[in-house]
Amino acid sequence: MTEGITKTLDMKGLSCPLPIVKTAQAFKELGPADVIEVLATDPGSVPDFTAWCKSTGNELVEHSEESGIFRFVIRKK
Amino acid sequence: MEGTETLSLVLFSGTDDKLTAAAVLAVGAAAMDRKVNILLQYWALQAFRADRIHEDHGLSPEAGAEAAATLRRAREQTNAPHWSELLAQAKSVGEVGIHACALTMDLFGLRAEDLDPCVDDVEGVAAFMGEATGPIIFI
Repeated sequence: MTEGITKTLDMKGLSCPLPIVKTAQAFKELGPADVIEVLATDPGSVPDFTAWCKSTGNELVEHSEESGIFRFVIRKK
Repeated sequence: MEGTETLSLVLFSGTDDKLTAAAVLAVGAAAMDRKVNILLQYWALQAFRADRIHEDHGLSPEAGAEAAATLRRAREQTNAPHWSELLAQAKSVGEVGIHACALTMDLFGLRAEDLDPCVDDVEGVAAFMGEATGPIIFI
């Protein structure tokens, strides 16, 4: 587990583009350097969250997959 | 970090499948911090009439009966949001302008108050082009 996770966003069962959209909405409420965990089952999650972080400047700290559930740890810039 | 180019969409078709596909592009771009610029023409604008926006707008002719049934089932099972809800989310997360084509308004005798409030204003092609800094996608 990554240290300092303040919140988990459960996007399991949501189809593209909702995981990204809801994450973007949630990030508006966060402070700089806040770290959150996102759980998703959307099959496009890995390229989507990678691209979203690259485009928005937030840091994708780590990502993994277990039993079809993708987990992302993201630090707000 | 600001996104690169503006996403400029011209929505012409007024069927639910095309409006949904366009709304997915718009909300995705907005979430990526890209500015979104949408012009509603012809049948798409008709679908944004306040009294019709939540009606069934059908599917593209190429859908066919079997595919249409599959799509309807999938939508019910996944509880996917309506395209108007996706556009509302796009507006909440980013900078999104939705404009009604002035010519279409004239052709169909529409007034601004006939349209759903998510439509920001009525504008002509020059105003739209003035904001379209990149390629324009026609749907």
